[in-house]
Amino acid sequence: MPGVDASITTAVVFDRGGLDALIAALKAKGFHVVGPRVADDAVVYADLDAASDLPAGWGDEQEGGRYRLTRRKDGALFGYTSGVQGWKRHLYPPRQKLFAARRDGQGFAILPPDPPAAPLALIGVRACELAAIAKQAKVFGDRDFADPGYQGRLASAFVVAVECGEAGGTCFCAAMGTGPAVETGFDIKMVEVIDKARHVFVATAGSAAGAKVLDGLKAPAAAEADKAAAAARVAKAAKQAKTLDAKAAARLKEHPDHARWDDVARRCMTCGNCTMVCPTCFCTTVEDTTDLKGEHAERWRNWDSCFTIDFSYIHGGAIRTEVKSRYRQWITHKLSTWHDQFGSSGCVGCGRCITWCPVGIDITAEATAITEGARKAAAGGSKKAATSGGKGR
Amino acid sequence: MSAHAKDPMLPRPFRVEKVKRELSDTFTMELVPAEGGGFSFAAGQFNMLYVFGIGEVPISISGDPGEHERLVHTTRAVGKVSGALDALKVGDVIGVRGPYGIPWPVEAAFGRDLVFVAGGVGLAPLRPAIYQAMANRERFGKVMVLYGARTPEDILFKKEIERWRGRFDMDVAVTVDRATGKWGGNVGVVTNLVAKGGFDPQNTTAFVCGPEVMMRYAAQALEKKGVGRGSIFVSMERNMKCGVGLCGHCQWGTHFVCKDGPVFRYDSIADLFSIREL
Repeated sequence: MPGVDASITTAVVFDRGGLDALIAALKAKGFHVVGPRVADDAVVYADLDAASDLPAGWGDEQEGGRYRLTRRKDGALFGYTSGVQGWKRHLYPPRQKLFAARRDGQGFAILPPDPPAAPLALIGVRACELAAIAKQAKVFGDRDFADPGYQGRLASAFVVAVECGEAGGTCFCAAMGTGPAVETGFDIKMVEVIDKARHVFVATAGSAAGAKVLDGLKAPAAAEADKAAAAARVAKAAKQAKTLDAKAAARLKEHPDHARWDDVARRCMTCGNCTMVCPTCFCTTVEDTTDLKGEHAERWRNWDSCFTIDFSYIHGGAIRTEVKSRYRQWITHKLSTWHDQFGSSGCVGCGRCITWCPVGIDITAEATAITEGARKAAAGGSKKAATSGGKGR
Repeated sequence: MSAHAKDPMLPRPFRVEKVKRELSDTFTMELVPAEGGGFSFAAGQFNMLYVFGIGEVPISISGDPGEHERLVHTTRAVGKVSGALDALKVGDVIGVRGPYGIPWPVEAAFGRDLVFVAGGVGLAPLRPAIYQAMANRERFGKVMVLYGARTPEDILFKKEIERWRGRFDMDVAVTVDRATGKWGGNVGVVTNLVAKGGFDPQNTTAFVCGPEVMMRYAAQALEKKGVGRGSIFVSMERNMKCGVGLCGHCQWGTHFVCKDGPVFRYDSIADLFSIREL
């Protein structure tokens, strides 16, 4: 995990060949390089061999319940908005072995853990995704009990951030204060600059390790014009159609009985897509297995979703049987009770839950309807104002 | 980043030393660390108990916190893992992670009347606090145990309750929802016992454990009697997969029941009690 060293700020510039050299250098250092590539008609974060694996010339269109890859004319390598899932599936994999044990008489012996995998190099991390990583790091490492697996993977990871040049249709990082500018938590930060004359990457180091890798590229210092072009791209990405009053949303927990919960429950299919694509959702369940002889047992931790009935099961039945209670739990935790637990919102404004909801439920619209409607009602607004939050949108 | 913490998901092996049948579906196990050493806990804390290849469940500790050689758990067999625990024999080994959670604030109640209100198997998580109170008996005013069970056959720790009733320094009252056989005692809900009083409400701390609905009504009855919300404590139950705040399952409003509870001061959660399916 990179620290931030303000002294390392000299920007360099390189072309696609430089990017290839960067990936090769990280591989030579023993990193398992992961980055964006096209698979199954989407951009996913998967193993990268070279810059040629990057989604050259691909963009995407995202809106509520809709995702389409599009062709770009400019040949951009980082011209998409964000991958389907964030980096969570690499830093906190969907299935993790907690331990294996062997029967030993009436008892059992815990077997030594598998050796740690190669350290990760993450290529193309967006500002919102860096914020999500920081939020999960807090969940898994900043309290009484830590998850050593997550801590280890993050501590050994090399992070190459790429600032966004344009916002996607479901982005609202600006409202959540997490982007689009990358400010901390990276080893190298890049902006992809494309104009008539060139297609280059303006890169800055954010850690000593990052500076060392950049030095090795022997790239020239970026000109003022390069830096200005980079800044202009990020400014463009800050213009986002969606927004959310994060402060108001933090008060969602005060409205557990709002009529809007019934309304959204009629649309929500409790599929759990939102929790699977959310880069901060951290809930897991456990799974126990044995071999046929019952001699060898394993205990696995798998991603779970608060949208399943089993999630809240205690003997006698589940606590949250109704759709509205499960949706309420998810969004209230994300936007509101996360503040009490971890000191910030649990939402980074990446918009994935909106894009990948099969019926296009929009977290910003739901939170606004509930908190705005309630605020108007509390302010003694007209009956019409109070109910308009419960319909519409 | 700091040095990596110890993995909280790895269990420690404990050997079953003794098994005692309490009720048709409830049993008490005494466990000792298989690799030596002791076990310390505070009254009201719980452990995650792992049965080889079957799974793990959160179970409150029901033994004496003053005893460090043996770990005692009283469990009702209601599911796959608790059923597997019920099938264990002396000499079998299970995995233990813990102790976890916020305990009953026994010492904070020094100088006051201490009232235990228990429902059903909810007496088990209260028993360590009762032991601790009786080990420090001179530090309290009255010590009362108010216990409700479904039928006389469902009364947990019956012999022990009889011994407690025989003491001059303890007030014990038992009620059943439904009288069977030769029962000649109280019939009705445990809140009736609270309503009878016998403690100084202004100077009483109450520990309540039982089914959620019972705790809600018991807390209301205590409040009605004049016990302040800040002096009433309840022990919550939720689905738990990790016990250490990492799995997310036990969330209840802003709280992780596993680490912010299971014992909560009533004034911090009274509002949550009334929210359906929270």
